[in-house]
Amino acid sequence: MRLILDLALTHILGRGRQTLVAVLGVALGVGFSIAMAALMQGGEDDFVARLVDTMPHVAITDERRAARRQPAQDQFASVQIAGLRPKDDRRGILNPTQATALLRAWVPGRMASSLKTQGVVRYAGRDVGIGIIGIEPQAEMRVSSIARDFRQGSFTSLIAGGNNIVVGDRLAQRLGAELGTTVTVVSSTGQTRAFKIVGLFHTGTTARDEGEGYVLLKNAQILSERPNAINEIRLKLDDPASAPQVARRAEALIGYKAVAWQEANESLLEALVIRNVIMYTVVGAILLVAGFGIFNIISTITHEKARDIAILKSLGFTETDMRRLFLLEGLVLGAGGSLIGWAVGFGLCFTLSLVRFELSGASVVQEITRLPLAWSIWHYLIAAGFALASAGIAGYLPARQAARLNPVEIIRGAT
Amino acid sequence: MTALIEAAGLTRVLPAAVPVTLVQDISLTIGEGEFVAITGPSGSGKSSLLYLLGLLDRPTAGLLRISGRDTEGLGEREKARLRLETLGFVFQFHFLLPEFTVQENVEIPMRRLGRLPPGAMRERSTQLLEALGLAGHLDKRPDQLSGGQRQRVAVARALANDPPLVLADEPTGSLDSKNSEQVFAILDALVRERGKTVIAVTHDLEMAALTSRRIHLVDGRVTQDETLPGG
Repeated sequence: MRLILDLALTHILGRGRQTLVAVLGVALGVGFSIAMAALMQGGEDDFVARLVDTMPHVAITDERRAARRQPAQDQFASVQIAGLRPKDDRRGILNPTQATALLRAWVPGRMASSLKTQGVVRYAGRDVGIGIIGIEPQAEMRVSSIARDFRQGSFTSLIAGGNNIVVGDRLAQRLGAELGTTVTVVSSTGQTRAFKIVGLFHTGTTARDEGEGYVLLKNAQILSERPNAINEIRLKLDDPASAPQVARRAEALIGYKAVAWQEANESLLEALVIRNVIMYTVVGAILLVAGFGIFNIISTITHEKARDIAILKSLGFTETDMRRLFLLEGLVLGAGGSLIGWAVGFGLCFTLSLVRFELSGASVVQEITRLPLAWSIWHYLIAAGFALASAGIAGYLPARQAARLNPVEIIRGAT
Repeated sequence: MTALIEAAGLTRVLPAAVPVTLVQDISLTIGEGEFVAITGPSGSGKSSLLYLLGLLDRPTAGLLRISGRDTEGLGEREKARLRLETLGFVFQFHFLLPEFTVQENVEIPMRRLGRLPPGAMRERSTQLLEALGLAGHLDKRPDQLSGGQRQRVAVARALANDPPLVLADEPTGSLDSKNSEQVFAILDALVRERGKTVIAVTHDLEMAALTSRRIHLVDGRVTQDETLPGG
């Protein structure tokens, strides 16, 4: 109703400063909520992105989820086996060529197979145990995030062949080795080979920087005395979110345990959910406080305008009209605050996105990072929705009282 | 002469530890075209009676019919409707909305009723205000007017929806004698020229002498009710 809106706007505009304070209260609430949501969401997205980035989306290893079934179990409905000594299986993914071919046919993304084994690097009298990973450099570069983390050299240095190794910079530091140094690698099977360091990487994860070395797949197979074997297939999918489905299908297809990144990091992802709950609670609290500002101003207006209420009622306005009037005033304040709040939120996000941090990690080099921020229309809509809801409630409570006001008392009071 | 207001045994008691009786057992009939003055000493229940007749207050006992309609069972919404359509109030203080212009104030009841298109509302409010000698003040705010002018705006507002009944509560109570006479003359003209019924509460006996009927209250009871022939 136009008339009620006119009255509401007149009341609000008639109280410039108080209105401004209430609107700013809502605006700041909405603005900070948006900025906070953007930061939290951004942090989460960034975290997940790093997780997704550094980890293979699906890792297929040479393990199985359940113990291998005995042939008799396939044959009969009920079998009791006693004193079974499992067959000493040849470790690794059986028939790797077929397995990879099967996957390559449908997996939407890239894949790389590798052989992981344990060994010791020896140099200048120092021994350091590492995981030796045999890779096919071209395939690996498209799957692993390490390809981007090279300080010196790269995976391509491995392609040429020969006994070359790529290690983390901290490992090299511990050994006192550097690019071009030839180190001795002793495998768990007792094989000893000399490898020349042709690349140094720094991932930021100490365990990897200190404990991983990459060699050609063939070299790893020689070191572990398992020709043609691989024990891990890693997939990088076009859509990381589809990893669980892909993992399930791959597992059904080739029988080996396929772990999606979501499964591997279940507890971390759960922690993120809790973080979100906390965030929305805090955001809700901020907006609730803003709601009190609105409650305050509308209460004041209803008190000051008690005479107007009495007049309007004597003129023939109903209680419903009066309730609508003050509810509308609350909503107008909430809507005004939300609009300004959007601008404030956008400005805050923009400013925050310009802030640069210099993080000095454990390493000597300093990393410069920007705050991760997520831009989402939902943050704006949710914040405004919540602000409007609390404005509505904040307007409704005094409105209900104003509507019940008995005009006679006011008119008498004035005479 | 048809009865516009029929009251029987109207009583209003304020509930309190010691109940206060505002008006007691008032029965009266007021017809169309009457100019009634309700007089009495202060605290005699004049205004209380007016509020009861104007449906602003609810009687604790008694019967009240307005335009032949029993008001007892009416809900808040229906009473508001009745006020909007058949009653116009003028109070001692002008009670105009300070943020709106004179013309807007007069148009508020019209807009609430929503019977006229906006153009016609403008036309009617202009007419009403000009008839009350307020041409040229239409776009002013109430605080830019004199007391007499404001009270005339209040009369114009009371007439906005062309109600048959105008209730005035000490309409001249805060005006000087010249303005009082003017406002009373306007009320008188309403009765004579437009056939309205006007009930005015006043303590000014000179003014009351101009009306056609005087109802005198003492302690919430009618002590005198005289109709002047041709008054």
